[in-house]
Order: sequence, then C-alpha cells, then structure tokens
Amino acid sequence: MFERHLDSAVATEALGARLAGGLTPGCVLYLSGDLGAGKTTLTRGLLHALGHPGTVKSPTFTLVEPYRLDGWRLFHWDLYRLADPEELEYLGLRDQIDGEAVLLVEWPEHGSGELPPADLEITLGYAGEGRICRLEPRSPFGQAMLAGLA
Amino acid sequence: MLILGIETSCDETGVALYDSERGLLAHALHSQVRLHAEYGGVVPELASRDHVRKLLPLLREILRRAGATPDAVEGVAYTRGPGLIGALLVGAAIGRGLAWAWNVPAIGVHHMEGHLLAPMLELEPPEFPFVALLVSGGHSLLVEVDGVGRYRILGESVDDAAGEAFDKTAKLLGLPYPGGPALARLAEQGDPQRFRFPRPMTDRPGCDFSFSGLKTAAINTWRGLEPTPANRADVARAFEDAVVDTLAIKCRRALQATRLRRLVVAGGVGANRRLRERLRELLAELGGHVYYPRLEFCTDNGAMIAYAGWRRLAAGQYDDTAIEVLPRWPLDSLPAVN
Repeated sequence: MFERHLDSAVATEALGARLAGGLTPGCVLYLSGDLGAGKTTLTRGLLHALGHPGTVKSPTFTLVEPYRLDGWRLFHWDLYRLADPEELEYLGLRDQIDGEAVLLVEWPEHGSGELPPADLEITLGYAGEGRICRLEPRSPFGQAMLAGLA
Repeated sequence: MLILGIETSCDETGVALYDSERGLLAHALHSQVRLHAEYGGVVPELASRDHVRKLLPLLREILRRAGATPDAVEGVAYTRGPGLIGALLVGAAIGRGLAWAWNVPAIGVHHMEGHLLAPMLELEPPEFPFVALLVSGGHSLLVEVDGVGRYRILGESVDDAAGEAFDKTAKLLGLPYPGGPALARLAEQGDPQRFRFPRPMTDRPGCDFSFSGLKTAAINTWRGLEPTPANRADVARAFEDAVVDTLAIKCRRALQATRLRRLVVAGGVGANRRLRERLRELLAELGGHVYYPRLEFCTDNGAMIAYAGWRRLAAGQYDDTAIEVLPRWPLDSLPAVN
C-alpha cells in the first residue's frame, strides 16, 4: 500500500501523470472517493501525460468517455448514475475487455459483479483543504505501478 | 412534409411528429407516458437506458395522438451523435430501418443542433444569427449560430457541465440526486451576503467554463459548517449566485465579441429562475432579446430532432442506408444548409 497527501488539484494531477508511466495494456484502475475528491482531476493528469491534448470532461453524464492516444486505447468510466451493474452489458463494457484497452473506473462499487477485477485501487479522501490518496495493488501489474512511484 | 424524429442519445427516449406546414403534431418522452401494459408490467429500473423496448410503443402512441398512419411519414430523423454508442445505435437502427421499410429518406441529426434549433418550434422564433447558450447536465456550450449548420463554438466547459455541478453540489448538501432544481429552491432562502465563491475562468479572456472547482469550493465551505438548514441554504445561495454570475459574464462576452443581440438559452439549467432573470436584465441592458424553448423542450426530446432533421431533409440532405453513429461529433463540422 502507498499513501500520499495531496495539497491541491495540481498535486492530484501530478500524481495521475506519474501513474501514466506505469500503465500496462489491458490494466484496470478503480477510482473511489466522494464527489469532488479529485477522481476526474487525477484522470486528467494521467491522460495529459499520455499525450491527450484536449480537455478531460467529467464522464458522469455520458457514463463513459473513450480516448485513443498514441499507442493506447483508454476508457474513462463513471458509474455514478448507473442504476444496476447489469446495465454495463447494455453499455458495451464487454467489448472493451480485450487485453489492450485500459479501463479507468470511477464509482466502481456501482458496477460490482460486472466489472473486471482491478489491478490497482485508488481511493481519494478529504484531508482538510487537501486530499489523501491511497493506492492498493491487486495484481502484479498494480504492484509494478506502485514500484514505479516509490 | 411530415417528419418522424427519434432521440436516444442518452437516458431519454423521445419521439415526435413534425409537419413543415402544420408544425408539431405530437411528441412523447418515455417518462411522460404510462405504457406499462404494453411492456407487460412496470419497466424495470435496470432498463432505464434500454431504448429498444420503449421506442415502438412510443411511436405507436404519437401516431395515434396525431391521427396519422405510418404511410403519411415522409422522412425520418434520428440522433446520430454525440452520445452513448449503445443508446445511439438503437435510435439509428430503428430510424434507418423504418425509413427503409417506408421507402422515405432518413437523416442522422446532431444532438446539439437539435437543442440549438429547439426555440424555432415556438410561436416567436429567433432570427439568425444569434448566440446560443446550451447548459444542461451533460453540456455547457456557447455557440455563434449564423444559420442551420453554421456554428462556431465560442466556449465550452473544460470539466463538469453546469447542470452536473448543480446536481453534485446538491448531493453534497444532502439533497437527493439529481437535485439541481431542489438546490435552486433551497438557495431562495439563503443569505446572498454570507459566502462568496469564485467565478471560475472569468478573470481571463475567452468564453470557456469550468465548474469543477466551484463544486470543490462549496464542499470545503460546507464541511467546515454545522449542517443546519440555514447553513445549507446559505451555501446553496452562494453556489447558485456563482454559477449564474459566471454564465452571465460569459454570455455578455460572447454577445460583445459577436456584436449580436439575440441570445438563445437551451438545456435543463435554462429553467433556472435566477439565471433567466439575470439574462433578461443583461439583454435589456444591451438592447436585445433572450429566447427560450418551452420548458419540456429544454431537456432532451424528439421534437427538436424532428425539426432539425426537417431543415436538412428539406434542403436535399439525406443519408445512405448504412447505420452509422458518432459518439463524438464536433458541432462545427456539420455541413451548412442554405
């Protein structure tokens, strides 16, 4: 396990950027934390580090935002509005589990039973005006990502 | 020309029949009608985005209400994008399939074009050109509209949409999701002087929006307070004032930059009373006028798709028989209609 204090949104983005360096094709990242804790901010840092030039919008309304970046396919999910995990089947999740596409999933607890298991679980929480980020590896890929951070 | 419009880009299933001579004949949204008997029971929550089971019963319903038969339909318009791929595919497949079976032309419509043109369904529609502010749960956009298909994006949200920020802040204050309208009601009781939140991205030029930081400002303030009703109302008021101010500042900039004096406001946040007041004042000051679609056409609906589809079909545009959707589709890439 790895824990880090983040004193600003800039620090959250920077951590996302560092995580980008350890990604492997097909890996699955869960992002948990209350509304406003910085899940999309962390994702923004990660996507910018992978070379995405534009804005990273919250996928709360669209449920999933696809990205195609130099050598990477990535799906940014937000399951906040999901009524039932089985809806993921209607939304085409299964087509994305192909060993190549990276899945970043906000509110993974709304998809339990249907989501593939995480390689790395990231939890963001409030700590005063800042945030505390906890990273827990769940596979050798996740462990390698953490080793890259240390 | 009688057009069937089909909207399935996200959560709502909307259908409408629009006639170029007689206007809107009938429209229906999934949430508006009780079709439970046709489904053999209550629609399961699981299928909230399962448009397949809703579309044909809704279509039969509007044909009945309009007193029309399928052979009177002269064209089909469906939402091609942007939106959820699975949801879009249902509308596109059914719309394209019906058009093929009925031997009439079909056209895939841009969802945002539908919203921008929605005020054209009203008795006193705006003339081109105008500036459109589209603010909903999914979008925050300022567009210069010179005509159908002539769009220039002036600004958009770089993170959360305005409606999303309302809904999430409402949730943080303990209101049920989506609670944007409830937050606005709560704000009525709040003290406007107590807290002041930032007006994001107003200190730099341009018309882009950012609402994520405003949500964080509201959380950080709320977390430091006793959770009393008065405190909750004061935070709600400060939040709403900041959103309304920010939107009004960006609208003023957009109108000044384009030298236009007509503003169209669409999307669910366009129903917000304080925003409407502010924009009315702004346009009165500038010597212009603000236009709104009727409330039920502020949110997603089939009528706007039927109307936008008619404008394009009447200009001779139509699609081949391929069923193709575009989950991402830049608004400013559309062909113009003369």
